[in-house]
Amino acid sequence: MIRVQREDFDVGAELERLAAGNHRIGGVASFIGLVRDMGGRERVSALTLEHYPGMTEKKLGEIETEAHRRWPLDAALIIHRYGRLEAGDRIVLVAAASPHREAALAACQFLIDWLKTDAPFWKREETPEGDRWVESRAEDKVAKRRWTAHPE
Amino acid sequence: MKLLYFAWLRARVGCAEEEIELSPAVRDVAGLLDWLRSRGGGYAEALRDLSIVRVAVNHDYVGLEHPVQEGDEVAIFPPVTGG
Repeated sequence: MIRVQREDFDVGAELERLAAGNHRIGGVASFIGLVRDMGGRERVSALTLEHYPGMTEKKLGEIETEAHRRWPLDAALIIHRYGRLEAGDRIVLVAAASPHREAALAACQFLIDWLKTDAPFWKREETPEGDRWVESRAEDKVAKRRWTAHPE
Repeated sequence: MKLLYFAWLRARVGCAEEEIELSPAVRDVAGLLDWLRSRGGGYAEALRDLSIVRVAVNHDYVGLEHPVQEGDEVAIFPPVTGG
């Protein structure tokens, strides 16, 4: 399931819903991304997340489909927020549910790694010196390449 | 053709979206970017370094050689930074 929304989400309720009623599921793995208050040398008090409506949902759907293709998952979840968020706020939740932990844990990391490089979101940070657009990180591409090079 | 700009590319170009009439000489993404640069000003500055520019046609990432045609939705933006 994919959701792109401005409002916050309840992690416990979302994870409970993901596995509810399906007793084949033996494990749920999840990752929560938060707004960090240090974006480099200067303090970051808040950021604004912009996205490309339409393409965002399409890319997140493709990432979810690819996770299902690679691992035996009973359910997968991606929730990503947009708009202005303050330090400590939740940005993203990804989760994967499977009969066994290996698939759930691997799929969860795959979901966040691919999302980082493929989903059209951009962060603009607020610092005491003014606003600035966050630059993409080479490490994120390396993280994605790990999954490209060794498909399960 | 509908053009969309995001993040700092939008700020440099000076608009979020625009409708353009495609010149018959423009056949692919590379040609479109050349044509936009030829408008000068913010376009020339925003599209100077293509290593930090990504292009999507109809919601899919494409390369410079990808064909474009009237009716396409073309988005131009920096590398993504979500998650």
